[in-house]
Amino acid sequence: MNAALKSGQGPLEYARRPWIIILFGLVLVFLYAPIASLIVFSFNVDKSGVWHGFTVMNYVKSWHNDAIFQALTNSITIAILSTVFSTIFGAMTALTLWRFRFPFKNIYEGFVALPIVVPEICMGISLAMFFNYTGMMAGVRDWIWPFNLINIIFAHIAFCFPFVAVVVRARLQGFNRQLEEASKDLGATELQTFTNVLVPFMVPSLVAGGLLAFTLSLDDFVITLFSSGPGSVTFPVKIYGMVKRGVDMQINAASTVLIAITLAATLIAMKLQSPSKSGH
Amino acid sequence: MSAPIVSIKNLTRRYPGGVTAVDNVSIDIAQNEFFALLGPSGCGKTTLLRMISGLDTPTEGQIFIGGEDMALTPPNLRPTNMVFQSYAVFPHMTVQDNVSYGLRVTGVAADETKRRTAEALEMVKLSHLAARKPDQMSGGQRQRVALARALVKRPKVLLLDEPLSALDAKLRDDMRLELTRLQETVGITFIIVTHDQDEALSMASRIAVMNKGAVEQIATPAELYEQPRNRFVADFIGKVNLIEASVLKQSGKKVSCLTQGLGKIDVSTDKTCGDKATVAIRPEKLKISTVEPKGAGIIKSRATVRDVAYYGDTSHIVADAADGLNLHINVQNNTRTGGAGVDRGQKIWVHFNPTDALLLTE
Amino acid sequence: MDDWKDFKRVFLTLASPGSFWLLVFFIIPMAFLFVLSFSSKAIVNGETSTTAYDYFNTFGNYIASAGTSYLVLLWRAIWTSAVATFVCLVLAYPLALAVCFAAPKWRPILLLLLILPFWINLLIRTYALYSIFRSTGVVNQAMGLIGLGPYEMLNNTSAVIMGLVYVYLPFMVLPLYSTIEKLDRSYLEASLDLGASQARTFWSVTWPLTLPGVITGIILVYIPCLGTFLTSDILGGPNNWTIGNAIQNQFLEANNWPFGAALSFILLYATFIALVIRALIAGRSKGVDA
Repeated sequence: MNAALKSGQGPLEYARRPWIIILFGLVLVFLYAPIASLIVFSFNVDKSGVWHGFTVMNYVKSWHNDAIFQALTNSITIAILSTVFSTIFGAMTALTLWRFRFPFKNIYEGFVALPIVVPEICMGISLAMFFNYTGMMAGVRDWIWPFNLINIIFAHIAFCFPFVAVVVRARLQGFNRQLEEASKDLGATELQTFTNVLVPFMVPSLVAGGLLAFTLSLDDFVITLFSSGPGSVTFPVKIYGMVKRGVDMQINAASTVLIAITLAATLIAMKLQSPSKSGH
Repeated sequence: MSAPIVSIKNLTRRYPGGVTAVDNVSIDIAQNEFFALLGPSGCGKTTLLRMISGLDTPTEGQIFIGGEDMALTPPNLRPTNMVFQSYAVFPHMTVQDNVSYGLRVTGVAADETKRRTAEALEMVKLSHLAARKPDQMSGGQRQRVALARALVKRPKVLLLDEPLSALDAKLRDDMRLELTRLQETVGITFIIVTHDQDEALSMASRIAVMNKGAVEQIATPAELYEQPRNRFVADFIGKVNLIEASVLKQSGKKVSCLTQGLGKIDVSTDKTCGDKATVAIRPEKLKISTVEPKGAGIIKSRATVRDVAYYGDTSHIVADAADGLNLHINVQNNTRTGGAGVDRGQKIWVHFNPTDALLLTE
Repeated sequence: MDDWKDFKRVFLTLASPGSFWLLVFFIIPMAFLFVLSFSSKAIVNGETSTTAYDYFNTFGNYIASAGTSYLVLLWRAIWTSAVATFVCLVLAYPLALAVCFAAPKWRPILLLLLILPFWINLLIRTYALYSIFRSTGVVNQAMGLIGLGPYEMLNNTSAVIMGLVYVYLPFMVLPLYSTIEKLDRSYLEASLDLGASQARTFWSVTWPLTLPGVITGIILVYIPCLGTFLTSDILGGPNNWTIGNAIQNQFLEANNWPFGAALSFILLYATFIALVIRALIAGRSKGVDA
């Protein structure tokens, strides 16, 4: 690799090496072609891998497919509720860990990080047994919507809030505590200082953490599969059932809708987050 | 001058997006010179240095090193070595491993590597720290590692990118002397990039002053100071009073001009002037007096002291002359009493010898 | 940092919700699972009960897990995950390098392109992969046009590995990007300047200094791969099940919970061993923190 350099191109401009550009292109094709094909074929008239004509019937059908519609509504409801609670709990945990010295802090920190590293399937079945054993699985089955989803929401909060805590704490690490002192010096109370100084500083990480929780919740299949009773099916669980029965363009249609929702949420959150980045 | 060791011909570096960092620069640097590239930040001096090292490549032009055009030769195949501004001492290697790195990667025999590494460490007085990791060392020590690491390669040219900027003031003075001493000992051409004129003036044998990608003047330190080629160089090197003047008449080397605030002045110059010119005069070449000075041919003007700043060895005076002209004057505090001997608001005479003034046409 | 004793009320208010949730919905269930892994179904009136257990009475579940068929599943999880992680690393490193060394205005866009799929539902992505590679999928249709195939591209180990790479590649790109981005490039320049070739520079400087990011990436990819269940189920089929599928099977079909619990803890131990190895390596290398 001692070939002569190119005019106007330094030795470290890896982004302009042909082999890296080709690799980059191939990886993008690998990443996006399946999704693009999924979206394109959601408009296909039949379920073969060949294009036989354009239709929106798959969308109409899945919209009127009560099971799919219910699963999608469930998923979004669960995601919103668990995002709200995990953001609050995660932020509080982050504040605790950032602000205080207390006995066995290292061990506590380790426990908070555990749900992040424990395989989903282990957490899923432990929750399944827990809900069964305490009677919660059967107990909530007949509750009115959305209370029949409460086990799933509880489970989602349990694995989402540690992620929020990690994100918020990373942000707090960059906080200059002299700002707090300045605020108190200017006559603000502890609470006013918290709401006027610390909370605005935390906002970008709350948005990022919340978004992460929302996606994790919407995305989760394994834990949901185990902690959901028969009546409370989420979108991924529903799709799994359908996939096991074979390819169906209604899956493509409904998936396209969900992709659109998540990408929109992601892009909006990124937009919201970017102007307030200046606090770094 | 014998054949130059580094010869830069019409070198240009344009970046995508239209920025031209280095614009048609040509410089010859002789064997054994201590050469400085001096200029404000963004003037292209670092880009030029990086192109000599091979870490960047020109869009046009040639770089001859030891007679061979190396403009597109990868950095690892050039007989140049660099001391980086951040030193770039590898954090995961000991001092010993850092210094021997350049020998090990080019397949120098183990016993020779060992011997030369030891010599290089000795030269920068770091033999006792050979087993240390860089994070256990001070900035000054890390810089010595960077120096030893480059010099151990016995390059034809040593490139130094703002080598003193990260050191504190006291250490910087020591290091300046040390670098001059090293350059004399090893007999290698040094090219140093700096924005600090004191650094360039005190160390370099020749200096190229750069501005906006182009070379304004290449000269010895004394020439740069006393014979700046244009306003930029005069203003960038040291302090200077630049006085606007309109040329009345030129006959041969004699120029008569009417200046702002100082009336008619006759100066000599080698250049042909247009209508407008600038008279440049250094603050220490202006003298003050409380009584009207006498002497044939001196230029004198009344002025009011606006400000006096005391610096111990000198005092800097700012005085308002006629026509809204501000004059900066440096006065040696030659006696233990009185400092400059003038106070704010005091009326004084400012005078100078016209041979100390310089006419600038660019 | 303040001592909790000086602000007891604030401390307790802030700490309680998270701690409570962690205790009730994580620690207690996991503890219960742990207990169950040493238990067996109770015999009530001479019949095996479906709901009652005799607790802490056996190592039998672990002994049964050591049976060849389950060891095979664990071993398959370990090595398919290793191959998938390796492929992710080999692909992601040059990509992350390219993003970091691209023009600043391009960097966020390139990075976003690589990690955007992360925001799309995992099941949807796996399904998308399944539908283009199935025997009547787009890929086989396309190959049919030039007279090839159709090939059976799913239901084998390669399909599982491809699926894992597809799903977890962003997890490798992110830590690598953040490490390489923080790496002072004058280290690389110094190495080149001192005579090292690009390859030598990579192995002597870039790689060791970015090792913490590499390790973080390996862990972020390896651990979820180890417990995978969807990818092997949908793309691999029953012949390519890994331990995750076995656990699911014990719970949802075979209905032998104590045995499933034991398998879960075996997976958990494998995970922790991976984490410990990471901690040991990270403790020794001195690079740029991810």
